[in-house]
Amino acid sequence: MNAEMILFFIFGAVALIGAIAVISFRHPIYSALSLIVTFFAQAGLFVLLGAHFVAAVQVIVYAGAIMVLFLFVIMLLNLGTLSAKGALTGKLKGVAIVLGILLAVQGIYIAVKAGNNTALESAQASTEPVTTYKIGELLFKDYLLPFEVTSLILLAALIGVIVLVKRDKQIEN
Amino acid sequence: MSLEYYLVLSALLFTIGVIGVLIRRNAIIIFMCIELMLNAANLAFVAISRDLGQVEGQLFVFFVMAVAAAEVAIGLAIIVSVFKHRETINVDEVNSLKG
Amino acid sequence: MSKGLIIVLLISPLVGFLINGLFGKWLKGNEKLSGGIGALTVLISLICSIIAFSHIQGSEKPFNEVLYSWIAGESFSFNIGFHVDALTTVMLLVITGVGFLIHVYSIGYMHGDEGYTRYFAYLNLFVFAMLILVLGNNYLMMFVGWEGVGLCSYLLIGFWYEKQSATDAGKKAFIVNRIGDFGFLLGMFTLFAAFGSLDFVSIFDNAEAGTFKQIFGASTLVIATLLLFVGAIGKSAQIPLYVWLPDAMEGPTPVSALIHAATMVTAGVYMIARSAVLYNLAHTGQIVAWIGVLTALFAAIIALKQNDIKRILAYSTVSQLGYMFVGVGVGAYASGIFHLVTHAFFKGLMFLTAGSVMHAMANELDIRKMGGLRNKLPITHATFLVGALAIAGAPFLSGFWSKDEILHSAWGSSKIIYIIGLATAFLTAFYMFRLIFVTFYGKSRVEPEVASHLHESPAVMWVPLAILAVPSALIGLLLGVGGHNSWFHHFTEKVAGFKGGHVEASGNIVLFMVISMIVGIAGITYAWTRYKNRVPSAEPTNALQKLVANKFYVDEIYNTFIVQPIKNASHFLLWKLFDVGIIDGIVNSVAALIRVIGGTLRRLQTGLVQVYIVSMVIGIVLFLAYYLFFA
Repeated sequence: MNAEMILFFIFGAVALIGAIAVISFRHPIYSALSLIVTFFAQAGLFVLLGAHFVAAVQVIVYAGAIMVLFLFVIMLLNLGTLSAKGALTGKLKGVAIVLGILLAVQGIYIAVKAGNNTALESAQASTEPVTTYKIGELLFKDYLLPFEVTSLILLAALIGVIVLVKRDKQIEN
Repeated sequence: MSLEYYLVLSALLFTIGVIGVLIRRNAIIIFMCIELMLNAANLAFVAISRDLGQVEGQLFVFFVMAVAAAEVAIGLAIIVSVFKHRETINVDEVNSLKG
Repeated sequence: MSKGLIIVLLISPLVGFLINGLFGKWLKGNEKLSGGIGALTVLISLICSIIAFSHIQGSEKPFNEVLYSWIAGESFSFNIGFHVDALTTVMLLVITGVGFLIHVYSIGYMHGDEGYTRYFAYLNLFVFAMLILVLGNNYLMMFVGWEGVGLCSYLLIGFWYEKQSATDAGKKAFIVNRIGDFGFLLGMFTLFAAFGSLDFVSIFDNAEAGTFKQIFGASTLVIATLLLFVGAIGKSAQIPLYVWLPDAMEGPTPVSALIHAATMVTAGVYMIARSAVLYNLAHTGQIVAWIGVLTALFAAIIALKQNDIKRILAYSTVSQLGYMFVGVGVGAYASGIFHLVTHAFFKGLMFLTAGSVMHAMANELDIRKMGGLRNKLPITHATFLVGALAIAGAPFLSGFWSKDEILHSAWGSSKIIYIIGLATAFLTAFYMFRLIFVTFYGKSRVEPEVASHLHESPAVMWVPLAILAVPSALIGLLLGVGGHNSWFHHFTEKVAGFKGGHVEASGNIVLFMVISMIVGIAGITYAWTRYKNRVPSAEPTNALQKLVANKFYVDEIYNTFIVQPIKNASHFLLWKLFDVGIIDGIVNSVAALIRVIGGTLRRLQTGLVQVYIVSMVIGIVLFLAYYLFFA
């Protein structure tokens, strides 16, 4: 068992525990903080996979920007004071967990099958990290159009948020 | 280090996200579970990218993150306005389309 | 002759119908314009008919042209096509000529009526349908016209639909006609099955050559012609389906003149004359003649005891139609059609004069409340007298020639028919002059308030009367002199089948004329002795009179034995059992079933997002399972 393996199990265990914590905590603040833990663990996994750039973006965008937004909204709405009793009926909850287990079994089956089928593993797999330079080159040459379209999506989201908030003001008036 | 370890981890994370969406009724937590599923997908992308020796998988992660960011912004704005109207964000109490 | 001429002739009344029918709301305030359009469109048709007549007179072959293919199938096709020969032009002239005068008359008669434009729309539509009936070159087009005139007849009988009796009469006419039309349809089916076509020319040619499918063996043509005759019985009011015609007098009087005396009711006669080839081959004419002569006698007897001026005329029409059937039945097609023409003029005239009397008398119909009207209504009296003399067979007037021809031909066929026909002629003269003496002569029995504004009709009404009186008197002299060698016979001899059924009359024609003359004059004289100064008694004095006055209780018999059983069966079997029980039961249980299913499924639509997501995930799991483990 080499170092990568050990690190994988550590990060993977942290990510799983964080994820379970997200859906287990009653208070959303705790869920959000658990989610940050999971994101960090995933960033570590990305580093293990040699994707340094993605790991950095994961920390900056997810753990930084998105989660701050979550926390901000939770605190703004003061949701902690809301009663959170009696989530779903027990029947539906049982169904949901059974469904989840089935889905997990299917997912693992696919994963194992895909892992076995990959003949290229030894030939092309490289532990060499992918440099930011290489990603930038691809992003601004071959994938320039999708990149620009992404900016349009962000613009649309920006406008959408403004409209949503503005409409509320008009109703209040 | 085999690909299948990463994929199994990704499947487990995804399933936890699904279960979260199904059993929680707080809209914000449901949202977080969706992020969890997106991240599980990202993990699979990067793992396969490394396995195939191609960089494109990482680019897709980048796009997924951009879309997720946009989605979170819009989704949280909707949650805020729903809360203003109804004083709740429990999805089982928000059961009619008409505000 | 060109196709264009026929199209103009046909379409013109349709245009009038569309204008009056669609823009009636705007024309309502302007009666002259509305009526003028109605009359003008028929005048155009009349002019076209005269042109067509002059073309046909000079040509050897009938005009037969297809306008376009209407229904085209693999093994059959029906065309919109015209067939114009001597018979057609005679009918065209009668329809448009009498029709035009009646339109003009209606302008005055219908003055001030609520449904003025509606009336002219219906009347124009009627002329259009009647023209289709006579112009078509196949039985299907004839049937279209046949149904069209039936519809217009229904609409016009029930024209004053606020009156219960008028709507009832309309329905009665429609339903009784349906029975006849059913026979006509079956006849058409039989012909189509046998000949594979409904074209006149093709059917007649194949029938003569004997090249058709014997679907009923040797009696194929017999069955077909008898079924067609059932249609004629309904439309032309013969025994046993005559009952609708007297009731049809509920409509406006010009309608009675045009539809229920001059044109529509003669459609049956026209149809048999048109199918002359088939009747000659099938030898079914005898049945037609017997039905005709019995109807003639029966209706004439009923007319003896009626006191309603329009009903007397109605029964007289039934009786005269019977004469026409005798004519076409014994194979003297030209004589039958000749009587159709003369009858159209004099009976149209008499209905219009009756309308004029009603107009003067504030819609009084009972002749017992009239009397002595000849001084107050001189023109009406004079024209009515012309009509009555014509129908009674007074020498040298039109009815004399045509009726005599028929009787003469009947003698050659069956002596009994001749004798019954002669007796009917006597009765006809008698009841017509009973009507005249009671209405126009003797002391006035008019109620004082009506008498105060008793007046002759306006010019727009009496001028058509005067014009109609001329052909009523003279058309016989013009066309009919010479009996079977007259101009009319020569003109129509080229029509398919007219020659073949001709019965060579035996005996001296002058002798027959003298006998008819004597009978007619005897009838008039007898009426004079009985009703010169006498009013018909209010109550029948003996059983026989009572029977006649109540029209032999035919309506009551039909009511008891046919109408009521059908009504009861409909009520209990069809409505209560079948409609309410079975049909409604099925519909209601289907609805209840749907409601149960819907009520169950409705619970799935909770509005809870998570329930929806759960079902979505179930779907995903199932799909994945299928693709992973089974595909």
